[in-house]
Amino acid sequence: MAHLEQKKIRNFCIIAHIDHGKSTLADRIIEKTGLLTNREMQEQVLDNMDIERERGITIKSQAVRIIYKANDGEEYIFNLIDTPGHVDFNYEVSRSLAACEGAVLVVDAAQGIEAQTLANVYLAVDHDLEVVPVINKIDLPSAEPERVKNEIEDIIGIEAQDAPLISAKNGINIEEVLEQIVEKIPAPQGDTEKPLKALIFDSLYDSYKGVIIFVRVFDGVVARGSKIKMMATDKEYEVVETGIFGAGRFIPCDELSAGMVGYITASIKNIKDTRVGDTVTDAENPCDEALPGYKKVNPMVYCGLYPSDGAKYPDLRDALEKLQLNDASLSFEPETSIALGFGFRCGFLGLLHLEIIQERLEREYNLDLVTTAPGVVYKVHKTDGQVIELTNPSNLPDPSEIDYMEEPFVAAEIMVTTEYVGAIMQLCQERRGVYKSMEYIEQTRALLKYDLPLNEIIYDFFDALKSRSRGYASFDYEMKGYVRSNLVKLDILINKEEVDALSFILHADTAYERGRKMCEKLKGEIPRHLFEIPIQAAIGSKVIARETVKAMRKDVLAKCYGGDITRKRKLLEKQKEGKKRMRQVGSVEIPQKAFMSVLKLDEE
Amino acid sequence: MKKDLSLYIHIPFCVHKCKYCDFLSFDNESYGTMLRYVDSVCQEIKLYTPVADKYIVRTIYIGGGTPSILDETLITNILAFIRKTFEVDRFVEITIEANPGTVKYHKLLAYRSIGINRLSIGLQTADDELLKKLGRIHNFDQFVAGYNSARRAGFKNINVDIMSGLPGQDVHSYVDTLTRVMEFEPEHISAYSLTVEEGTPLAEDTALLNMIPNEDTDRQMYALTKKVLAAHDYVRYEFSNYAKDGYECRHNKVYWTGGEYIGFGIGASSFFKGQRFTNIRDINEYITLMEETAEQFVKRQDKLKLYDEVTERMRTDVVTMYIDRRMEEYMFLGLRMTKGVSRKEFERIFNKDIYDVYGEVINKYVDEGFMISDGDSVRLNDRGIDVSNIILSDFLLD
Repeated sequence: MAHLEQKKIRNFCIIAHIDHGKSTLADRIIEKTGLLTNREMQEQVLDNMDIERERGITIKSQAVRIIYKANDGEEYIFNLIDTPGHVDFNYEVSRSLAACEGAVLVVDAAQGIEAQTLANVYLAVDHDLEVVPVINKIDLPSAEPERVKNEIEDIIGIEAQDAPLISAKNGINIEEVLEQIVEKIPAPQGDTEKPLKALIFDSLYDSYKGVIIFVRVFDGVVARGSKIKMMATDKEYEVVETGIFGAGRFIPCDELSAGMVGYITASIKNIKDTRVGDTVTDAENPCDEALPGYKKVNPMVYCGLYPSDGAKYPDLRDALEKLQLNDASLSFEPETSIALGFGFRCGFLGLLHLEIIQERLEREYNLDLVTTAPGVVYKVHKTDGQVIELTNPSNLPDPSEIDYMEEPFVAAEIMVTTEYVGAIMQLCQERRGVYKSMEYIEQTRALLKYDLPLNEIIYDFFDALKSRSRGYASFDYEMKGYVRSNLVKLDILINKEEVDALSFILHADTAYERGRKMCEKLKGEIPRHLFEIPIQAAIGSKVIARETVKAMRKDVLAKCYGGDITRKRKLLEKQKEGKKRMRQVGSVEIPQKAFMSVLKLDEE
Repeated sequence: MKKDLSLYIHIPFCVHKCKYCDFLSFDNESYGTMLRYVDSVCQEIKLYTPVADKYIVRTIYIGGGTPSILDETLITNILAFIRKTFEVDRFVEITIEANPGTVKYHKLLAYRSIGINRLSIGLQTADDELLKKLGRIHNFDQFVAGYNSARRAGFKNINVDIMSGLPGQDVHSYVDTLTRVMEFEPEHISAYSLTVEEGTPLAEDTALLNMIPNEDTDRQMYALTKKVLAAHDYVRYEFSNYAKDGYECRHNKVYWTGGEYIGFGIGASSFFKGQRFTNIRDINEYITLMEETAEQFVKRQDKLKLYDEVTERMRTDVVTMYIDRRMEEYMFLGLRMTKGVSRKEFERIFNKDIYDVYGEVINKYVDEGFMISDGDSVRLNDRGIDVSNIILSDFLLD
């Protein structure tokens, strides 16, 4: 049986900084190749979740197969794999890249290269991908294509003089990009005779088909009825269907052979059995070794998620289970809080991942949630030699049992225009950053390298970075490891009662400042009661900050509104509804948003 | 035996709308519209003919807007239609609201002659500067003239509205208002503290908003109200209402004790035959509907069916008052009165002990020192009244 000719296949991805036009270019490519009519073309077809479209980022990998008739008269099969565009999903990015032979690098003609672009380009180079630079937004008045070309050559070290100058938005010079994909990106060179070897770069749960795994086949062939094995999890299945990616739909095909990108279904119930990065092989005739680069991703950030309405706890559990079907990196386990009742301690890849899950729970599952302060995983070394991985501050052992604690650090790269270097260095200093190096990558821009505690960047670091550089700084990081650190647990007492959901762990040096800010913020969030309420921040039994919510003196409806009792009732109902949305801690009612507001302690 | 009924007539016209006002009223309406509106109100009253005979009207309240803006013959018409449609108690209390700038002796005399026996004058403040700032059309001298005319015309039951917490008002200005009003010895005082309502010009006017007295001043004014009025033998019988012995407003008490009333005119609320409802608010729609009804009313014999058809189109927010809602209202309205609610009354009406339903809430607030429960009476004390919204909302059942 003749397999698909590999020399007609081009597997590639597009890498770009947020807003540099990745999705728009993807749209244009799909449009130009004529696979989709304009009517079918949803704005930005690759980002298909509402949240993704709103935020302008890609969360899950998406793939699409298109046919391009090139100037040489031949028809080529393009497999375009879209990559997640955020540092939280770095591992997914690396797996998507591993499925390709080339990458189209989109650089904004006005803004040039950003830290995130650089990080992704390095990833691409690490995977031996052929990088095809493209200069986008050339129709902007501020476009400086020549400068950007030189920048690409200087910084990344790849030839950029013949980079297509395009406007994805206005569809200018898109053909040139397509031609360069054909010319420059190498065709896959797998061996159909060898045992099956395919890389899982994403997966999706479908309630009818079970898990749909997205694969790039490197060697061999897979077809309906093949017995396959996941090499990392050792699970075996029989293939039910193979297919390719039409835009927005799955198109079954007879087989997937070496060089192809497509999907496999095999009545797989649990997405955890099909981990991104794992290798699929033939169960009866397995390949010698798995593809390199697989790792199990561990959550980096944890927080408590509670339903506002306690009765919705089972709904929250169902929703989390459903989301987990599609997102193996989401973890959760039940926990109980005195203030918030029953909920879950959930683990995420990063803060963006957390926000996305939270939004999806609220939008798609109609849940009203209260989130506790996100924290990282601390290592607590106990005096008895035991080491605990702490994800919930409430579980911190008694100080007398603790020998020392460690916190995770990241290696961060920040690219910033030179005028803001001072401000950004100060920010990193404030966030307990350890200065590593600074290079000028051109006259006006510098690349700063810092080691930063993860704890310090999960809150509002990105916002602070943007505001202090007027938007000119970009940022990327990767995990570095654990470092011994002077950490304490900060407790918040409201009306003398400790509110467990507000406790968190932080560095002793920042405790006073943060405690003070939290008390201030809470003072603004807790409504006046019939009595005075002290709000205190404490470390152990030592109070380090205090504010007071004064007692309510007047709340009375003077007017009668004639006989309009309904209006009066509505007012009282509103008041009662307000109370319902509060959490009772002792005799104090705390609005749910107070729990969230302390997560974002504004910069002064 | 006939059932007690109260009537409210809404006159939604003003010479000039005050900046803080969010009642349904219009300035700049043509005389023609006013005439057609009054005719419509009369038609609405007539519409109730087939259901009227089970009731006897004990109180009537003509409010607004500014009812005194209308020619007295129009008020005469309205009352004539009421008397034609309903049986009216010979001791009926009939109140009309009046703006000091719009009442003249002959008008007041006419009011007296058609049976109106209670006058409510909206003074708000004796400070002329402040009156101007709020967009009111009168000054204090006009109030004095109007008040004296009312006495001369034979009004023996007069209410004066005063307000505290007005933009630019200080304690001195407020005490001055209280003192000057006391000299006239009105039988009744309604003392309100300003509420900034969304959508009013005041709510948009930052300059005025910034002049609203701070909480301390506001509380001082409030304390003074209680003190000064008590010294002049006024009894506070409701949150904002004070009266000399025997002059409590019977009409308002109907609202607070769950009595039946019908509101005529646009946006008017009713509690009638176990339902609460509010009339449509669009004046043109209302007039058109009533003019259609007038034609039908002459032609058709099945007046009860017509009543059903028209009221169906005219009423909005219709809520049938089942026992839970009635108990809730009984509490949150009854507790507005300083005498509170009676445990025996509660049991008589609802067949339940008040403590079986509300024991937990009552005990909580008694313990915290906001309520008093002794013998038959459950009520808020002064501290409780001050923060009553918080307390009363706890009387809504889950």
